[in-house]
Amino acid sequence: MDLKDIIKPENLVYTKTKNMTDKELSYCPGCGHGTAHMITMEAVEELGITEKTIGVAPVGCSVLAYEFMNVDMQQAAHGRAPAVATALSRVMPEKVIFTYQGDGDLAAIGTAETIHACNRGENIVIIFVNNGIYGMTGGQMAPTTLMGMKSSTSPYGRTAEQNGNPLKMTELVAQLEGTYNVSRHSVHTFKNVKKAKKAIKKAFQDAMDKKGTQFVEIVSNCNSGWKMSPVKSNEWMEEHMFAYYPLGQIKKDGVLVNNSNQN
Amino acid sequence: MSKVIGAIVVDIDKCKGCELCVVACPTDVIDMTKEVNAKGYAYAYMINPEACTGCSHCATVCPDGVITVYRTKKATA
Repeated sequence: MDLKDIIKPENLVYTKTKNMTDKELSYCPGCGHGTAHMITMEAVEELGITEKTIGVAPVGCSVLAYEFMNVDMQQAAHGRAPAVATALSRVMPEKVIFTYQGDGDLAAIGTAETIHACNRGENIVIIFVNNGIYGMTGGQMAPTTLMGMKSSTSPYGRTAEQNGNPLKMTELVAQLEGTYNVSRHSVHTFKNVKKAKKAIKKAFQDAMDKKGTQFVEIVSNCNSGWKMSPVKSNEWMEEHMFAYYPLGQIKKDGVLVNNSNQN
Repeated sequence: MSKVIGAIVVDIDKCKGCELCVVACPTDVIDMTKEVNAKGYAYAYMINPEACTGCSHCATVCPDGVITVYRTKKATA
């Protein structure tokens, strides 16, 4: 069959969602942020809530998220996205509010805001992209950097004596009364992307139904920061990141899930 | 042989050549070009178009959303 016969509008299976702008993404080649953006916006589109969704962009690599997501967006000061989202959801309860944050934003400078927003059970969705490093500023150590992992500020590898232990934010917020769905996913393979998207969709639905805070972590790669090729970084992530940050549902419908496995 | 045939269209100017689609493709359809685009990245193309089933694995993992997937039934000849 000729390509001309296949490439027709009626045969279309997949194209970039209309909820993403035509702007070229500012991320490095192979960065998981792009896929995370895409599935978030696809979930919003599929739920038909594009007009009433407001996103809060963080500071970090995804600081320009408002340029790429074709929904109403608000920029927050570093780490303060959950606080801004709290205000938005209280002033406009009919809207669906989400924050999109990296690990430097959510787990370092914004730890207090994150924990208190989750503890208050604000009806917001928090999407947390964890790549274990400060990507934008040049690969410095983050609270989520793995033990022994080298970064520009831990050139001999992270040690517990000097730098403390990696922070498992998702397990932490799952313990709080206010959170409803807490899960950890990744976006490096087709299967994982679908799972992550399903979780994000459920999170948006439950936030709309005012059931509490929805927390979705996406373990991602940072090939520039880790100094690897995109494909290598995904392999490294599977081997090392998933060992410390196991994928799966941690809290479902307000109840903690016992088995912390399921890849 | 599968009964469907697919094809992908790559937005060459926006492709950053990360090669994640090459790994994601279950039927080894995609490869990177020797030429580069305006930004200097090698971009994805179909080296083996007959094997494409239009499963959209490549487009789903593409961080930049540059792949559009089409699929249709094979013409019975």
